[in-house]
Amino acid sequence: MQNVSRKMGWLTSSVGRKQLIGVTGLGLCGFLVAHMAPNMLILFSAEMYNKYSHALISNPLIYAAEVGLLLLFLGHLVFALRLSWMNWRARDTRYAVMSNGPKRTAWAQRSLWAQGLVILVFVILHLITFKYGTHYSVTYDGVEMRDLHKLVVEVFSEPAYVIWYVVALFVLFFHLRHGLGSSLQTLGINHPRYNCAIKVASWAYAVIVVGGFLSQPIYVYLLQRG
Amino acid sequence: MAEQKGMTLNLKIWRQAGPKEKGEFLKIQAKNIIPDMSFLEMLDVVNEELVRTGKEPVEFDHDCREGICGACSLVINGNPHGPEVATTTCQLHMRKFKDGDSIVIEPFRAKSFPIVKDLVVDRSAFDRIQQAGGFITANTGAAQDANCIPVPKKNADLAFSSATCIGCGACVAACKNASASLFTSAKVAHLALLPQGQAEREERVLKMVAQMDAEGFGGCTNTGACSAACPVEISLENIARMNRDFLAASIKHR
Repeated sequence: MQNVSRKMGWLTSSVGRKQLIGVTGLGLCGFLVAHMAPNMLILFSAEMYNKYSHALISNPLIYAAEVGLLLLFLGHLVFALRLSWMNWRARDTRYAVMSNGPKRTAWAQRSLWAQGLVILVFVILHLITFKYGTHYSVTYDGVEMRDLHKLVVEVFSEPAYVIWYVVALFVLFFHLRHGLGSSLQTLGINHPRYNCAIKVASWAYAVIVVGGFLSQPIYVYLLQRG
Repeated sequence: MAEQKGMTLNLKIWRQAGPKEKGEFLKIQAKNIIPDMSFLEMLDVVNEELVRTGKEPVEFDHDCREGICGACSLVINGNPHGPEVATTTCQLHMRKFKDGDSIVIEPFRAKSFPIVKDLVVDRSAFDRIQQAGGFITANTGAAQDANCIPVPKKNADLAFSSATCIGCGACVAACKNASASLFTSAKVAHLALLPQGQAEREERVLKMVAQMDAEGFGGCTNTGACSAACPVEISLENIARMNRDFLAASIKHR
């Protein structure tokens, strides 16, 4: 190995790629809030839920938002997989003994890539089930719209689907709890005055988002099941 | 002097004849180990026994044996520099183990730290990272009068704590990605915090990260294993500093 003696392009460097993963991750964190909060309408009434869903998908800007979201998701996924592959190859022989004691790291921190893959499978199934799922119709105030509420109740009446949903959300919890603080560290934000607040915020964000999402299938399964 | 009753330890030591050879564990007992011995002195005893019986001694790196040079390495029961925090292998004492303990001793494992022989690995990748930018080009001459160059006390302390990195490579050994981010960032941060380091600050971080990547180290995933294993407790704040300097330099450099 020689000295390469050159400067590095941002997106060809490991640091730059990590920063891209961090920025796209933060973008996706924003999306999760925008997805979770309005969906809480399901706890109030089918009509509010369906009207919100109709307003969302009938807005022409939805296509731009969807493209943006897809880019965020693919950017996060592709660069994270590339980096994970590079990381895997950086150690060609494995240790015989795992670290233990105070030098050991948490399992949840070491398996971010695996958590990401579970979330990927979840997202694909989630889109197939809901976005591209059965199209029921309902009419409110003379406007015909998709009865998404009916589909949601139908799906969440299946105990197996509820269990899978809960498991996937727990994985998401660990991913978000580490990911939020990790993104900030990667972007260079680490300061003794703010580190405690960042840690608390990561926990709070993960608890609120995952707690919100969890409440929906559990509420439907326990109280709305036909 | 009264006869001290030593401990007996069951060792599994990684033996590998050369870089391309297949390695395997040697099972051997270390006898009459006195608790006050350092871990390396325990290996010296093992080696003396091997030599006495006409076998080849186990190769391992060491130099100052007082915790400041960064030459000693070893992964002891899965932990770089052993189970004690903020300790180098040479400063790890056998009183931390019990009579009859099993100890697995492996080399630092990373593609960028190829095994030379047994427990000795080639850490020259760190030298090349340092050579890529971890210096100040201008001739600094003799030491200046104190306070000629104003350095705030807080910055001096931070720079000093980064500069305590002894370059042993435990961070790479501990990291699941064999990432050299903690080492590189300590060297970047050390000079970035001092006035003398400002002129080449952008170029330094860009070149050192380039060399770090070219050497084949993995990327940082913020698990903190490096800092936990570091014998001088280099903080993760250094990595954040390198990350933000790299981002800023990527945008600004010409």
